[in-house]
Amino acid sequence: MSADLSFLHSPRITLITGHYGTGKTNVAVNLALALRLSLSPIALADLDIVNPYFRSADARQALESAGVEVILPAYANTNVDVPSLPARVASVFDRPDLHAVLDVGGDDAGATALGQYASRLEECGYRMLAVINARRPEIARPEDAVAMLRAIEQASHLKVTGLINNTHLCEETTPQTVESSFQYADQCARLSGVPLVLTTAEERIAAQLQRPDLLPIRLYTKNYLERF
Amino acid sequence: MSEKVLMKGNEALAEAAIRCGCTHFFGYPITPQTELSEYMAKQMPKRGGLYLQAESEIAAINMVLGAASAGVRVMTSSSSPGISLKCEGISYLIGSDLPCVIVNMQRGGPGLGGIQPAQSDYFQATRALGHGDGHAIVLAPATVQEVVNTTTLAFDLADIYRTPVMILGDGALGQMMEPIDFAEVPRRQCPAKDWACTGTGMKRPHNIVNSLYIQPEDLERLVEERFERYAKIEAEEALWEEQNTEDTELVLVAYGITARIAKSAMNMAREKGLKVGLVRPITLWPFPKKPLDKLSATAKRFLCVELSMGQMVEDVRLVVNGRAPVDFFGRTGGMLMTPAELLAQIEERMGK
Repeated sequence: MSADLSFLHSPRITLITGHYGTGKTNVAVNLALALRLSLSPIALADLDIVNPYFRSADARQALESAGVEVILPAYANTNVDVPSLPARVASVFDRPDLHAVLDVGGDDAGATALGQYASRLEECGYRMLAVINARRPEIARPEDAVAMLRAIEQASHLKVTGLINNTHLCEETTPQTVESSFQYADQCARLSGVPLVLTTAEERIAAQLQRPDLLPIRLYTKNYLERF
Repeated sequence: MSEKVLMKGNEALAEAAIRCGCTHFFGYPITPQTELSEYMAKQMPKRGGLYLQAESEIAAINMVLGAASAGVRVMTSSSSPGISLKCEGISYLIGSDLPCVIVNMQRGGPGLGGIQPAQSDYFQATRALGHGDGHAIVLAPATVQEVVNTTTLAFDLADIYRTPVMILGDGALGQMMEPIDFAEVPRRQCPAKDWACTGTGMKRPHNIVNSLYIQPEDLERLVEERFERYAKIEAEEALWEEQNTEDTELVLVAYGITARIAKSAMNMAREKGLKVGLVRPITLWPFPKKPLDKLSATAKRFLCVELSMGQMVEDVRLVVNGRAPVDFFGRTGGMLMTPAELLAQIEERMGK
């Protein structure tokens, strides 16, 4: 089972935001790849000026070979910490035929980068989806998750329009990990007044879950570190 | 909290410190350690602690000295270039017998270097965290769960031996996220801090915290006493992990994040029938001599793997002492080796 993603066709710009470490980048990469199946041209833009290591640059090859344009900051995954965004981001607003997923940096600090584009985003139309994960301690209480959404809205001058429940514990995730977060996700939606639009889970977990809003995802971040 | 949570190494370290009684944190931001300071900035005021962003690393370490003198559990954290700035203060902390925890999430060097992970501060951590005769205990966790356990151990060891303890991580460990459980952390018995400057209440003589000694005889006696304590630490506190060392021909020696890559390479080699084992030092000072000394009698060769040009390899050679060849393989500048790359090194050295 896989969720119907046609609600992402219009408006054509989707912003992925949320608390850092919830899995935003991986969700953004998966959404871009899933949308590519029905839309073209489509681009993924990395607007993360906060996180120094785990970036959509890691998934560049997978995206480009699937036909997704990738817009990366010049210094992503390099040895310097230069919080600058590429001019090419503006092309997203100038090309009315282009669908785009924008991977925004974590927390209100990361969302600050959106502020400069706020008026253009309002012009073009956008949806801003916030990723939540019940196992991240700083947003493990729904009221803290909602406070984070409000801080992101304030920093970005934009509105969060949907929630994505991406609750997981990396490779220790079980179907119960995700199931036990359903109530949390509903509470976040009720408290914030923002609807839950997707539940994401790794393919092996998703195969054991039943939900109309379920999107099975793959991991595109590199990992060759064994556990002890 | 019995339910597992997902945390970055940097966050988990900060949370573990707060949970084991760290009430004071003084720091200055630097990538790839910043989430640690940020977590402390958010949490300390909510939980009855003090977070202070100092004007520099030098100021922060001297605030640590002041807080430690007053007997509180105190921590500072930084990454490679910032640790170099702290070294004068760390020497004063050692010379004043003050317990504290110092975190180094290493990045590429020398100089400003880069922000990607490295292990090129091993010499600094184990040999010269400051001038003078002295040591700090150095702990090197390899997983985020071990970061939690090690942080608790670091505070306990600091109080037990009245010494600074360094947690030597790297950018990858600080940035990566893993599921962890705070309930599992073991604790040690710590002595009362009757030496701390907490006010005499007119009931006892003044306590004095100081690293200046007017008479050379006094300073020599004090340093010698401190080295008796170091001997006890070396005898009792070395920690390591061994895997597949019963029948080993080639022993990999690696710590921290590199040990996990080494473990992957070891498992790949074992699948090919190669007798490869792993010794993973968890304490870098005291260096775990025992397992390497024992294996020197049976293993054909050693391969030390580090994210540096070769630093810990010198300690391995000191222990092996010519009984077997000790080779080195490393990447530096913020680069990690892949398990396949390391496997090729293993095969080459085993003549396969």
